[in-house]
Amino acid sequence: MGKTLFDKVWDSHVVKKIEGGPDVVFIDRHMVHEVTSPVAFLGLKNRGLKVLHPEKTFATADHNTPTINQHLPVEDPLSASQLQALETNAKEHGISHWGLGHEKNGIVHVVGPEYGITQPGATIVCGDSHTSTHGAFGAIAFGIGTSEVEMVLSSQCIMQPKPKKMRINVNGTLQKGVSPKDVALYIISKLTTSGATGYFVEYAGDVFENMTMEGRMTVCNLSIEMGARGGMIAPDETTFEYVKGREFTPSGAAWDKAMAYWETLKTDADASFDQEYTYDASDIEPMITYGTNPGMGMGISKNIPNAADLDGGVSTYEKSLGYMNFNQGDSMIGKKIDYVFLGSCTNGRIEDFRAFAELVKGKKKADHVTAWLVPGSHKVEAAIKEEGLLDILTEAGFELREPGCSACLAMNDDKVPAGKLAVSTSNRNFEGRQGPGSRTLLASPLVAAASAVNGVVSDPRELIA
Amino acid sequence: MAYDKFEILTSSAVPLPIENVDTDQIIPARFLKATERVGFGDNLFRDWRYNTDGSPKQDFVLNNPTYSGQILVGGKNFGSGSSREHAAWSVYDYGFRCVISSFFADIFKGNCLNIGVLPVQVSAEFLDKIFKAIEADPKAEIKVDLPAQTVTLVSTGESESFDINSYKKGNMLNGFDDIDYLQNIKGEIVEFAKELPL
Ligand code: SF4
Repeated sequence: MGKTLFDKVWDSHVVKKIEGGPDVVFIDRHMVHEVTSPVAFLGLKNRGLKVLHPEKTFATADHNTPTINQHLPVEDPLSASQLQALETNAKEHGISHWGLGHEKNGIVHVVGPEYGITQPGATIVCGDSHTSTHGAFGAIAFGIGTSEVEMVLSSQCIMQPKPKKMRINVNGTLQKGVSPKDVALYIISKLTTSGATGYFVEYAGDVFENMTMEGRMTVCNLSIEMGARGGMIAPDETTFEYVKGREFTPSGAAWDKAMAYWETLKTDADASFDQEYTYDASDIEPMITYGTNPGMGMGISKNIPNAADLDGGVSTYEKSLGYMNFNQGDSMIGKKIDYVFLGSCTNGRIEDFRAFAELVKGKKKADHVTAWLVPGSHKVEAAIKEEGLLDILTEAGFELREPGCSACLAMNDDKVPAGKLAVSTSNRNFEGRQGPGSRTLLASPLVAAASAVNGVVSDPRELIA
Repeated sequence: MAYDKFEILTSSAVPLPIENVDTDQIIPARFLKATERVGFGDNLFRDWRYNTDGSPKQDFVLNNPTYSGQILVGGKNFGSGSSREHAAWSVYDYGFRCVISSFFADIFKGNCLNIGVLPVQVSAEFLDKIFKAIEADPKAEIKVDLPAQTVTLVSTGESESFDINSYKKGNMLNGFDDIDYLQNIKGEIVEFAKELPL
């Protein structure tokens, strides 16, 4: 029987199978950041171990970094000590370190692809669940815990049972104003936050084939929000075109060799999946969430479902709406918002800023809205300036901050105050995710832009020509 | 980091009958700033447990002295969200050695197994029975028997078996972790790496 894309990459990395236990899987690229690594480095020290492959390990600071005045010393002593620990550990073990202020600094899942660290057919891990982003290149990429970070540092391997396989097909043409983020939120709303637990997903169909690499990254990024370990898309011309010529990409003869491997990376026609879903692109409209997990989303023109129409989980559902201070049957359009966050490894890339800027061009931000526009990396920040987007944004009353995770997880000062309502392009709307008591609506950059301009939740289709 | 061996645990339990408890609730991001693994138990369920002024919220179960024990019983899809192992640490450091639910998020479950917290997945019906037993008697004891892979309501003797792969089971029984294992096969790993295309 044929193999899936996932099988091909996984099987070729299995060092050893343990009877009744996990596979020992070799890891090609290990991304490290300041929050989930210090205890792992401490563990190495306590056991007297070294990093086995420093050249396959890449460190960047992102979760805990301020997004203004990055040239000044970090004020929060705890954040500063984590950043310092990363720098010290990287130096001690000979790992490349793109710390705060480094020209290549940015969110780990944004800089990996930007510099060609992310490649088709690779196994990639990081102590962050949205490592699934890198699956856009046909890599197997997933988030790990700190004990596993220690494992990979010390042995370049991870021990995991092979996940089951799921394929999600979306066919047809996306409507105007519908972005990759909406496709992902739509799928999660269908499958729920645990619908893909235990699976690794392959996305297939013309919608993904026609998507840019950045769009594919947004989709794969959100795989974890339906419980999947990760998601991947078979590499094609779009992928190879993107990867070519980047700093860590192979070149010359090595490129030809890599291409020969990469071109084999597709699911065979006779391969089978444990689970398969198929959706129609024309059913997807711009999405918005109304609850406290990413599965609680709907088309922006719809109303919040009634508890009576659910099968089970009513008290949890009511708790969630209670937290959000919404009622069953409410329309989201027209709800007054306080904050807009454009950024994160989900939607902090240049195409996201282009989409946002195009919509707000010639308009003005609503006065009562606080907007945080946070590029995913310095490279994105530079492109925003070069392409003239900054002028458009400034003209419309927006400011640009410096790169980092920022309000995606609100570990730094970018916290949405209690009770305030934020439209966010990030990936999680959990209680307090963007600051204690904050209320988050997940949406695409276009929905965020339309809402920022109108000051209320808005359908971007009404603002685009 | 090695942890205490786990064999048979008989204890009363703390009930948390909420679905989709995510890791941001288990430990909010602002408490992830440590560079050592200490003190995480204090911030377990921080925002459900304490008011903004630091006073305990009386209606949250961890602040209710009626409930205690080394077992935490949670609703369906426990531990969804981020990969932060800090969530599992905070559960362990608070004093729980076992979490029972009818469904666990993947990464959280793996993290628990790596640090010595046993995730026990039971059927929705059995979970319901456990919640009812605790409701009827907050001191109701639950016996989690790892060698036999069973979980039993001590008062009624009702029991269900649970799954765990034999490798992880061996680790839990012996207090070993994966890093010990991987160090032992390092030679094989180094040989393997030579053949890889990337
Ligand atoms: S932007 Fe958010 S999801 Fe992405 S790496 Fe940072 S904290 Fe994680």
